[in-house]
Amino acid sequence: MQLSVEGVTRVFGRTTAVDRVTFAVDGPAMIGIIGRSGAGKSTLLRMMNRLTDATSGRLLFDGQDVLTLTGPARRAWQARCAMIFQQFNLVPRMDVVSNVLHGTLNRRATLPALLNWYPRSDIHRAIDILDRLGIALQATSRVESLSGGQQQRVAIARALMQDPRVILADEPIASLDPMNAQVVMDTLRRIQQEDGRLVIANLHTLDTARRYCDRVIGMRDGRVVFDGTPDLLTTDAARAIYGAGADFSEAATSTAIEALDAPSLAPAPTRA
Amino acid sequence: MTDTTSDLVRIRSAYLRLVARRRQAGALATLAFVAAMAAGFRLADLGNSGPFLRGLLHLGDFPAEILAEASRKAALIPGLLWHDLPALVETLNIAAAATLAGSLCGGALSLLASPGLAPWPRLVPVVRRVLDLCRALPDIVVALVLVFVMGGGPVPAAIAIALHTTGALGKLFSEVNENADRRPVEGLASVGATWAQGMLFGVLPQVMPNWLSYILLRFEINIRASAILGFVGAGGIGYELRNAISWGLGQYDAAAAVFLLLILTIVAVDQLSSALRNRLAKGV
Repeated sequence: MQLSVEGVTRVFGRTTAVDRVTFAVDGPAMIGIIGRSGAGKSTLLRMMNRLTDATSGRLLFDGQDVLTLTGPARRAWQARCAMIFQQFNLVPRMDVVSNVLHGTLNRRATLPALLNWYPRSDIHRAIDILDRLGIALQATSRVESLSGGQQQRVAIARALMQDPRVILADEPIASLDPMNAQVVMDTLRRIQQEDGRLVIANLHTLDTARRYCDRVIGMRDGRVVFDGTPDLLTTDAARAIYGAGADFSEAATSTAIEALDAPSLAPAPTRA
Repeated sequence: MTDTTSDLVRIRSAYLRLVARRRQAGALATLAFVAAMAAGFRLADLGNSGPFLRGLLHLGDFPAEILAEASRKAALIPGLLWHDLPALVETLNIAAAATLAGSLCGGALSLLASPGLAPWPRLVPVVRRVLDLCRALPDIVVALVLVFVMGGGPVPAAIAIALHTTGALGKLFSEVNENADRRPVEGLASVGATWAQGMLFGVLPQVMPNWLSYILLRFEINIRASAILGFVGAGGIGYELRNAISWGLGQYDAAAAVFLLLILTIVAVDQLSSALRNRLAKGV
């Protein structure tokens, strides 16, 4: 598995949201993208999934430029490159298993799916995935009756149902409390390691990136300003990424439970 | 992750039962739909003067005749457009007056018909039946009766359309009202406001964007309705259309001009109303 991002750029009007981003990934890994709000992290992930079109650049996956795909080829790429959203983006009024089965829509005809005509093997697989993520007991509930952490795990189950090579996670824990955030991040890390998938996650806290990722990419104003292993991510490097002054304190942006022991919990000095 | 594998088996079979029930319901609905379509098609085909499929081939004949004649006399059409303009203004006036009157009556009645907001809860079903009645009477029948009583002209048409608008908007408005938050109304009641004040200052600001969107849609519908009512002697562009489109008069160029005006008007109103609705949605 080889992913190579070459000078990918997105311009909205007069602002350049993503500016010639270039990096390459060789084989399965957990990659965290950090940066303050508006740094272009979401736009970059959305371009990878082809929810947003790129203005220029190439994105090669195993030698194929996915940015030029159209129609069925584009949708087939989307099926191989699952996306997890901050607000879960599930269908709230449908039951959990149906939401997970939506992960197969790219392979299924519309009419049978409309009539609930999924193959029994798919239904069994969906419930097995839910069981693996620890939410099988909720299988028949409506998604809207679940907690945020459970909903995000349903979203991960939908992604796994696609059996994707790549999983993109756009701020997967930003609307969750610390306990649920940890469960979701542990889950993402687990499916990355056990299944050998490539996971790229936008994160907005440094400690999450340090704790879970093999590699961290820092973005500022649409450009890559840091790319390396988490141990290279010093406080100076973090200041450069967030454009913060000497008053920058990492503990203030932390949502980890251990951070409660840290001295300062002042409201976000990242000036997001 | 579940305690035992038997749990998993239980969950699987529970979900499969749920799916089986849904599939059954879906299959029954599909069957009923297909049966109704097949039976209806046969029945309708028997009632036709000729077989449906052969008739389908002639669907375009009349429009083609109109277009052919209109294109032969294309040079006359700008003049005809100018000639029909006053009639169009009359039609628009009928539609606008009816929409305005209908929205005011419908709005007031909708507040009386919304459980939880209505000052006399026992009258809610009564008001709802009144709204049903307004919708049930076809506007063309009301217009015919009024034309008979009052004589031809725009007023009977406006009354007929306003009546139907009241019924339709009253129902739609009251559904919007039911989703309105009661807390602002309670807040206003706590300062000693009357029921009407509570509605005006507590409910209307919440429901207005939705109401306006329905009013604009209704205005479009009413333009077409008032054009049709011209056929029964209510004046406006419908009257011109009836005169022009009658078979064998050789006035299809005039008919084409009327259609052109109607289409342009509907497009213009649609553009206007979506611009208005966008502004409302953004909260400007």
